[in-house]
Amino acid sequence: MSRRYAVAATGVVLVAAALLSACGTNRSEGDAAGGSSCDTSKGTLVIGMIAPMSGGVSAFGLGMRNSADLAIDQANENCTVPGYRLVFQPEDDQSLPQIAAQAATKLASDPNVAAVVGTYNSSTAQSAAPILAQRSIVQVSPANTGPALTRGEKAATQPRRPFPTYFRVAANDLVQGPFGARYLVQEAGKKKIAVIDDGKTYGVGLVENFVKEAERLGARIVAREKVGEKDTDFSSTIAAIRSSRPDAVYYGGEYPAAGPLSRQLAEAGLDVPLMGGDGIADPQYIELGGRPGDFATNIGAPVESLSSARAFVDAYAAAGYPEPSSAYGPMTFDATNVIIGALAGLVRNSPFEESSRQRLVEAVQRTNLPGASGTVAFDEFGDTTNKVLTVSTVKDGEFEPLETGVFEQSN
Amino acid sequence: MSTLLSQTVNGLVLGSLIGLIALGYTMVYGIIQLINFAHGEVFMVGAYGGLAMSTYLLPGFVQQQWYFALPLLLVGGAVVSVAVAVAMERFAYRPLRDAPRLAPLITALGVSVALQEAVRVFYPGAISPLPFPRVFVEGAYVLPIGDGVPVRYTGALIIVVLVVLAVALQRFIDHSRLGRAMRAISQDRDTARLMGIDPDRVIVATFALGGVLAGVAGILYGADLGFVNIDIGFQTGIFAFTAAVLGGIGNIRGAVVGGLVVGLVKALGGQYLPGGTAYDYVWIFVVLIAVLVFRPQGFFGETERVRA
Repeated sequence: MSRRYAVAATGVVLVAAALLSACGTNRSEGDAAGGSSCDTSKGTLVIGMIAPMSGGVSAFGLGMRNSADLAIDQANENCTVPGYRLVFQPEDDQSLPQIAAQAATKLASDPNVAAVVGTYNSSTAQSAAPILAQRSIVQVSPANTGPALTRGEKAATQPRRPFPTYFRVAANDLVQGPFGARYLVQEAGKKKIAVIDDGKTYGVGLVENFVKEAERLGARIVAREKVGEKDTDFSSTIAAIRSSRPDAVYYGGEYPAAGPLSRQLAEAGLDVPLMGGDGIADPQYIELGGRPGDFATNIGAPVESLSSARAFVDAYAAAGYPEPSSAYGPMTFDATNVIIGALAGLVRNSPFEESSRQRLVEAVQRTNLPGASGTVAFDEFGDTTNKVLTVSTVKDGEFEPLETGVFEQSN
Repeated sequence: MSTLLSQTVNGLVLGSLIGLIALGYTMVYGIIQLINFAHGEVFMVGAYGGLAMSTYLLPGFVQQQWYFALPLLLVGGAVVSVAVAVAMERFAYRPLRDAPRLAPLITALGVSVALQEAVRVFYPGAISPLPFPRVFVEGAYVLPIGDGVPVRYTGALIIVVLVVLAVALQRFIDHSRLGRAMRAISQDRDTARLMGIDPDRVIVATFALGGVLAGVAGILYGADLGFVNIDIGFQTGIFAFTAAVLGGIGNIRGAVVGGLVVGLVKALGGQYLPGGTAYDYVWIFVVLIAVLVFRPQGFFGETERVRA
């Protein structure tokens, strides 16, 4: 009998201890605030992030995490948001829509979370955005390019904005696919193009919009293939398109598949350039097999050409993060600063509470920020008005910008 | 014509790689009737073992010459795979030797996930695909047929290695003392024990042999495709398991033929059947189901005799 009581008592103590320690981790006060002397009397606000910090595209996700962290550190140091200390809470989605939904639910259930930066993939955004929208939590993505996220299912013909809380600083595929097509057909003179996609929202959308514009410009799509996102041996896909003798291959997908694909193309005797979107524009692409002469489109202007980007690059280097900032660093920095700027204006006169969320959405909508990737402002769909894109090519082991331009829709 | 031949070559290369791994499945099943689902991970750690060796151990000038680097990596990959396979047998399967059959099967799945996670957490940079060093001649020989049929040098190497190792293994099992002991145990473990055979030692040797083949396959995979990631074990492992079942699990020749069939179905099905390469996995499993329905013991398997 007494032993049973002892066991029960121990159990109660353990549970109590667990509860107490859980309370202990609750963010209530701005403790010391890293030695700065800002006024943090109103407490803390959390900026969440959902991005792939592990898995195949972690090079992008880790760069995004560090860049957002940098923006938040700078804001805390400069007392940008009066009365509050900002806390950064990155969540790993492993590029999986299901895990992104869990992360979004976790962030949405925390009343301290003011806004979320992310996601990287368009497919993860599709699962996370509705959850965040339901709680009126602002989401700013530095990387999603799927048109449906801002313009609904009939993006090209009858655009309708599905989530008023969703914004992005990346230009969508209605822009990026055709921009790539124009370069490949008009500048590089490729007329017989094989297209391959990885079946994901991003890859399929990119290829679709590429094909439309390429055909309009007179190129012929001589083969269309799909590969699995986790495929590693592309020799059968390559043999399938080889007989159609393409003079270029356009790939909709990301670097973990694109790099090996490029290498295997050359080894199968199909020595034609591969072009892709921002999903392949990372040094990892070249390490995994990307060849000299391959092309990638990317959103924004090359960092070397913008003085604002220079400041970001220098601050990033000075902060000493172990991973490079990746192609999305400047835009993640901007996405985070969009949120910080809107918050700063909002809490100047009144504290942040549940009813502030709607006003935060409106404040983000009014953004006009000279950012690291160019001027950031949003149109009525939440898309960036900055339609500057760059085509780069692989040269001497890195991506070298060829041409930067402003995309104009043609009809 | 040249497309058909190219796809056949692709199928044979992939099939040979799958066959090498399927041999490990088949041997373990033949001896202790365990489907070692973690065997794909033995293949994966072999590839990472070779990668670690070339990154941290081999000096640059050795890596420049493939005839130094390739044998060293093959040995390195095999050693890592054997170590993992033997440890797996000792700590995960031996304690369950006499448990109901479901227990070791589930343990195998657990070991598989544990190994993947271990590599992901402890191997530097393994959260994303890692480039594999060049340890064999790059490029392809183009057969002058039609538009040309490219045969990658690494692909040819894989086919040759499969043939050599499968023949050696068959001879080893037919003619060596240990091979005879393996066959004895697979027929009747208790009687074999009475004849003076130590089943534990023979079972460990079986796992080790499977490990050698999987480690070699891991290195060849890296050399052929130029990169490795932690998913390759599970994916290729499922194919190899399918191959072993197709061939008649427990049968050496069956595993090799099953591997080639899986490879050819994937390559040719992706080319000629509706749906293209997006559906090639479907055809593999359609073939598997068809074989299980019409010839459940596989191509070379024997119908299970009921012992009195």
